Amino acid sequence: MIRSLTVVSVVGWFVLSEVGAAYPEPYQPTEDAQVLQRLSFRASDPVAHELDSLRTNLRRNPRDLESAVKLATRYIEQGRSEGDPRFLGQAQAVLSPWWSEPTPPPAALLLRATIRQNAHEFNEALIDLDQVLAAEPNNAQAWLTKASILQVQARYDEARRACQRLTRLASAHVLLGCLSDIAGVTGQSMKSRELLRQVLSETPLSGREHIWVATILAETASRTGAIREAEKSFAEAFKVGTKDQYLLGAYADFLLDQCRYQDVMSLLRSETKADGLLLRLALAEQALKLPIFQNHTAELAARFTAARERGTTVHVREEARFTLALLHDARRALPLAQANWKVQREPADARILLESALTAKNSPAAQPVLDWMTSNHVEDVHLQQLAKQIQKAPF
Amino acid sequence: MRILLVIVSLVLAQPAWAHKPSDSYLSLSVQNNHIEGQWDIALRDLADAIGLDSDGNGQLTWGEVRSKHDEIRVYALSHLALSADQQACTTQVLEQLIDHHTDGTYSVLRFRSNCDAPIERLAVDYRLLFDIDAQHKGLLRLTQGGQTSTAIFSRESTAQEFSVTTRSRWTESMQFIHEGSWHIWMGFDHVLFLLALLLPSVLIRAEGRWQAAGDFASVCWNVLSIVTAFTLAHSLTLSLATLDIIQLPSRLVESTIAASVVLAGLGNLYPTIMSRRWMIAFGFGLIHGFGFAAVLTDLGLPQDSLLLSLVSFNIGVEIGQLAIVAAFLPLAYLIRHSWSYPRLVLTGGSLAVIAIALIWFTERAFNLQLFPL
Repeated sequence: MIRSLTVVSVVGWFVLSEVGAAYPEPYQPTEDAQVLQRLSFRASDPVAHELDSLRTNLRRNPRDLESAVKLATRYIEQGRSEGDPRFLGQAQAVLSPWWSEPTPPPAALLLRATIRQNAHEFNEALIDLDQVLAAEPNNAQAWLTKASILQVQARYDEARRACQRLTRLASAHVLLGCLSDIAGVTGQSMKSRELLRQVLSETPLSGREHIWVATILAETASRTGAIREAEKSFAEAFKVGTKDQYLLGAYADFLLDQCRYQDVMSLLRSETKADGLLLRLALAEQALKLPIFQNHTAELAARFTAARERGTTVHVREEARFTLALLHDARRALPLAQANWKVQREPADARILLESALTAKNSPAAQPVLDWMTSNHVEDVHLQQLAKQIQKAPF
Repeated sequence: MRILLVIVSLVLAQPAWAHKPSDSYLSLSVQNNHIEGQWDIALRDLADAIGLDSDGNGQLTWGEVRSKHDEIRVYALSHLALSADQQACTTQVLEQLIDHHTDGTYSVLRFRSNCDAPIERLAVDYRLLFDIDAQHKGLLRLTQGGQTSTAIFSRESTAQEFSVTTRSRWTESMQFIHEGSWHIWMGFDHVLFLLALLLPSVLIRAEGRWQAAGDFASVCWNVLSIVTAFTLAHSLTLSLATLDIIQLPSRLVESTIAASVVLAGLGNLYPTIMSRRWMIAFGFGLIHGFGFAAVLTDLGLPQDSLLLSLVSFNIGVEIGQLAIVAAFLPLAYLIRHSWSYPRLVLTGGSLAVIAIALIWFTERAFNLQLFPL
């Protein structure tokens, strides 16, 4: 009843409100000074200069692999730090002379794998990486990327083996980060946290690496219920001062679990561009019963529709969470969560599937996750609690 | 150290992505031998392709966009080719506007493509942005004869062909006739107005009370005058409104239509104040015509056959109206002598009509929803 009421009111609001009609009719602005769009950077920003000179190099010699790889790498990095997928398309365009070749050079293949990984084409990405590694068995980057994809697919033994190949190819903290991330999920969180703490305190790390290690530690601690250590490690990651989309999302989830909604508001108030962050902001607004929650819910609904129109399926995890937690429609959320579980199997994916199955009163749907938890000795207090609820449930 | 930096920044867990890569939205509406088009292209994409940020401050203003209208037009048109039956169509941009989509602000190009002959096979060759963004997609919405289909252009499929089912004038006009007659049946307010006016037509007023009318001919004459007056009036305003000569706000039109039904009912209860019902039919028929026009506009009028669809729709309305008269008149004529006709049918019916119409009027005039229907 509540569910259908919410759906009706959200849809009704969407139809009647300004967001639904936010794009009513094309118009002609009246003021020349009216700002229509903010761009990623100013002409004077160092990034803009760097990209410009890389582009100029490439234009002079479009088939020069080295310039193309440099520019594509820069695009991918930029895309990740801004959370803007347009840069991935631009990276792909830069690589187009090699993209469709039967055997592209390893440097191009490695980037193709990264782009495919970001499009959630995990199996295609793994094929590319294996091709790279066949030609260059000592390519550390390829082993690390491979390990992270295998981990997302819950193929932990293979992921561990890929990490171990880094032993003599990269410095120790990369190897440790790689292994601890897996260990943290699969029943060795104590060991994992100990190693990560050691890395953080003893190794000089670059900013990005510092965020990487501190975030893994924070998330592992949070999953095992070590709230204070989690909070401390998140703070450590934020201290670096580089904006990181993943970190913001992970910390917001941590705060939501603690019911610290006001803190989520102050963290994400201006982060409305990335869907995942807007979703968490709307969850906090819902809990605080703020009216703007309806605007943001409608905005998210419009975005998921727009993404579906172009045939993109990258945001299924977020869409499932949106459908369950904001639209309160478990029956529609469950198939989304199930489809998502077929592609990616991280604790967050497991959680949305368990929550959907529980709310939809469909315990058989939860079985794949319960099996995954048992066979991998998954350590996660939230997942364990949900699993218990499902096993006790009468349906 | 440099190499390690690259390693980690590429492998960090999935970031929170903005929802979608670059898209453009292309709408094409095929009209006989030309195409009305609208193309929404993201300002950010145009900035990447041709550079819009003249002052380099990282913000695009309307002034900056406006000063680049020529470049935008040339860039867009050189990346879209429309051809009909192997013949290239010539495209002209009519105006450039601004609109917002979920991922930002878009430049909107309204254009018209002229093809030499009526379009049977439309070929669209779409090549926008693929050279700089390989994940760009063009989302096409193709409208022809009231039907809409969609297609997606990507780097892997840049050229697509669509067959345009040229519907004959006959089927088109049949469709509008159908819509017209359907509307007068579904639009209860028109039916009630007409019925309220027709109820007393089988009676005559003599010595202060109702009496059955004498012969069928005079009854028919009476009915004919009312129906003709109503038809003339609403045809007139329907045409004026459809051809955009007069426009009235719909709330005013809809409330007045409801009021007209109330008045028609009242006229039956107090016959002395309204003796010439054909004048009522004409006067309020003018307003009902605006109501019909709103429906016709909602159907989406094909610009190349405006007059034909207008006439067809009107014919449909008259057919629907005649069907109502044909059902009502013989029945009323047969029972006009009975004791119940003036009391039950005329008075009771009129009271019911007034009650319903009052509810409509309140709902429409004050924008309320009194009863769910």
